[in-house]
Amino acid sequence: MTATGYSLLGVTAVVVATLAVGAYGWRFSRTTSDFFVASRTVRPGLNASAIGGEYLSAASFLGVAGLVLAFGTEMLWYPVGWTAGYLVLLVFVAAPLRRSGAYTLPDFAESRLESRGVRRLSALLVVAIGWLYLMPQFQGAGLALAAPTGTGTWLGGVLVATVVVVNVLFGGMRSITFVQAFQYWLKLTALLFPLLFMAAIWLRDGAVSPASVAVGSGNAAGDSWTSPLAGTDHELYTTYAIIVATFLGTMGLPHVVVRFYTNPDGAAARRTTLLVLALLGLFYLLPPVYGGLGRLYAPDLVAAGRAESVVLELPARMVDGTLGDLLSALTTAGAFAAFLSTSSGLTVAVAGVISQDVMGRRFGGVRAFQAGAVVAVLVPLGLALLTEGVGVAQAVGLAFAFAASTFCPLLVLGIWWRRLTDAGAIAGMVVGGGCAGGAVLATLLGVGPGGWPGALLAQPAAWTVPLAFLTMVGVSLATPRRVPRHAARTMVRLHTPEAVQLDRGNPPR
Amino acid sequence: MRNPLRWLRPGHLGTEAEHATFRTLHSASLTAPELRQGLTSDSAERAIRHLRDLLGLPAVALTDTVATLAWDGRFAHHEQDAAALAAAVLESGNTVVRPREDFACSDAGCGLRQVVVSPLVVEDRVVGTLQAFTSSASAGLVRAVAEVARWVSGNLELAELDASRTRLMEAEVRALRAQISPHFIYNSLTAIASFVRTDPARARELLLEFADFTRYSFSRHGEYTTLAEELRSIERYLVLEKARFGDRLQVTLRVAQEVLPVAVPFLCLQPLVENAVRHGLESKPGTGTVTIIAADQGGECLISVEDDGVGEDPAKVRRALAGDVSVDSVGLGNVDARLRTAFGDDYGLVVETAPGAGTKVVVRVPKFAPGVRP
Repeated sequence: MTATGYSLLGVTAVVVATLAVGAYGWRFSRTTSDFFVASRTVRPGLNASAIGGEYLSAASFLGVAGLVLAFGTEMLWYPVGWTAGYLVLLVFVAAPLRRSGAYTLPDFAESRLESRGVRRLSALLVVAIGWLYLMPQFQGAGLALAAPTGTGTWLGGVLVATVVVVNVLFGGMRSITFVQAFQYWLKLTALLFPLLFMAAIWLRDGAVSPASVAVGSGNAAGDSWTSPLAGTDHELYTTYAIIVATFLGTMGLPHVVVRFYTNPDGAAARRTTLLVLALLGLFYLLPPVYGGLGRLYAPDLVAAGRAESVVLELPARMVDGTLGDLLSALTTAGAFAAFLSTSSGLTVAVAGVISQDVMGRRFGGVRAFQAGAVVAVLVPLGLALLTEGVGVAQAVGLAFAFAASTFCPLLVLGIWWRRLTDAGAIAGMVVGGGCAGGAVLATLLGVGPGGWPGALLAQPAAWTVPLAFLTMVGVSLATPRRVPRHAARTMVRLHTPEAVQLDRGNPPR
Repeated sequence: MRNPLRWLRPGHLGTEAEHATFRTLHSASLTAPELRQGLTSDSAERAIRHLRDLLGLPAVALTDTVATLAWDGRFAHHEQDAAALAAAVLESGNTVVRPREDFACSDAGCGLRQVVVSPLVVEDRVVGTLQAFTSSASAGLVRAVAEVARWVSGNLELAELDASRTRLMEAEVRALRAQISPHFIYNSLTAIASFVRTDPARARELLLEFADFTRYSFSRHGEYTTLAEELRSIERYLVLEKARFGDRLQVTLRVAQEVLPVAVPFLCLQPLVENAVRHGLESKPGTGTVTIIAADQGGECLISVEDDGVGEDPAKVRRALAGDVSVDSVGLGNVDARLRTAFGDDYGLVVETAPGAGTKVVVRVPKFAPGVRP
């Protein structure tokens, strides 16, 4: 069998497994005995694996290695930021968000600010972030399938979109926690297992440092590869902007927030987040190693502009014969698991918001959800086919910047500042979302200017996030009469552990 | 011929009278939702600004029977007089005009010369007053104040209605708790007694289940609980029923873990399961199967309770859902009403049944609804 055959086999296996697990999967089917189903709420360990599975997208699986290969060590800020985002989430958001009882971000906005207007705007932003994040997943899928099989770049995206829609339409998302947890471990294995063989070969070859070789144009010396802040213009600003976007954007991702609802209480939400930090930290050790080894064994990929496929091609290049083909097939299958799990989670989250806030009245519950899922997938798929050439990691970075400029201020101020008003929240999200959205559009359409303005548009988070915070605070202070009627009571509920006996009052109606 | 510039003509945007009507009705409509909360200092504070706009006076006050609730307008030093002014009206129940002597002050610049005090009446009981301070009270103004007071009273009566509807719902939940059938208690205890000699360990276990079940059902619980709690109680109930029926009762539980934290009305599933066990086993030989499924569906949770028993006439079920108490279905109408109150009319019970075809009751619950928390 050829290398292409193995890769297709791996992708098919992942697709079939996902569909099968979704459709028939591990459901609890029990007759009553001394075993109580109801007490089996989702444990933090399982939930953390599921969050990891859903969170580790194409950008993590393919993009990080490609960036490290092409641009060097300063790109490590991406995996660092994507992990540290959970630290911010853990400290500021996790437990209070769970205690609020909200399922989606619009739910939180409505229950905290008691305003339908904020809810509608939040719903709009969730859909925008979801689409912005789904688009690179489909692009990445096209890339992953095109590299080993030589098909067009559209095929992979269409395949992933179809699988996700079929899964949602036929009610296959019922055991989603198990599916996603399974995907995390699959992704980890798919990177770790080939790496063991490759590391052995690297040691046998004399353990040459990746920094000692010169690669491609504009990146000739190993010194500039290993030292951060030695490359393009405005490096320092760009680095800080990436840090702000990734640290603060995680809490605004719709598919991440939805998962926290599964925790039984605030303390479990914290434990889950802590475990997510550990699992992500473990996973993100691997892709940079692929980037480093790629510098030694596949330097031509940089010049060919295919740095992102280093994870897919490296095993076959380093390991001879069928074993190498099989290992490459494994990483390809892992990449597909990444696309499928992230797209599924995002689709479910976006479809929930579309069905609830856009078309809830016209269709029944399940119908609306299915229609919402189709819309949630088709729009970003169309965008992905139209706008090619934006790097996967870069596009995901823009989604993070957008989320950090809108939902981060809403969540942080909503949870920690009792004088936030609905007018302030709307103004802050409009300003932050407008600026970040404009910058994102300019970058996606490729109309950004050069020099400083170009740097500011390419990585907007460092100025849009403070701007959104300032607007939210300023407008809230200017409209003190609009502080929600039950703000104090809501704050007590958000910040008091569930175990504490106290009168939380009748919830606002 | 139509004039293309007719929108420039004066009067196109309405006559002065139309404007006045609009302003009046707009102020009134802004006040209504506040007053529907009942007469508290909070609601009075929010409503009074619009009431003063409505009357177009320098100062307006709202009081309950003993104290001033809110004051809006100039000369706020008279706020303290409002409670005393209210006292006289409380007894008579009529609108009165009081001269300046009754609320004298030393401020020479004070423009308040007269006050119209009108009672707020809810169900023939004076609950407070509306006080309109002015420089001179014409007969027209007195009539206007009396009418506004009557309109406020109407809204307060609606608030009272809301409150009593809530109280009724709470009473129904209490009734539902007390409704745990004496037969169930008797049968459970008899079943446990039969194990005391043959299998003391099981008897002890069952007694503990029984204790836990009754503790949950009779607990002074809030309006909502989590699906996990509700299912736990149902499982205890089923363990006790299985002890009685043995292998005649087959139970299948299929629960998605993701929906266990969903908030549901307290004791909203218990009656459905009780019905299913009764219909699935009674007046039918052989085994009966009860299937309880809770599935995750995006922003909603789907719960279904199904039995393969003798089924039911759909018309009868429709009557039970409409609240006909003569139909022998434990609390079906009550559960339906409480789900609709909590989540809106889209979320009522759906019952699929026919004689001889078993019964399936489907409950849809949103994962989040404003105001619904365990």
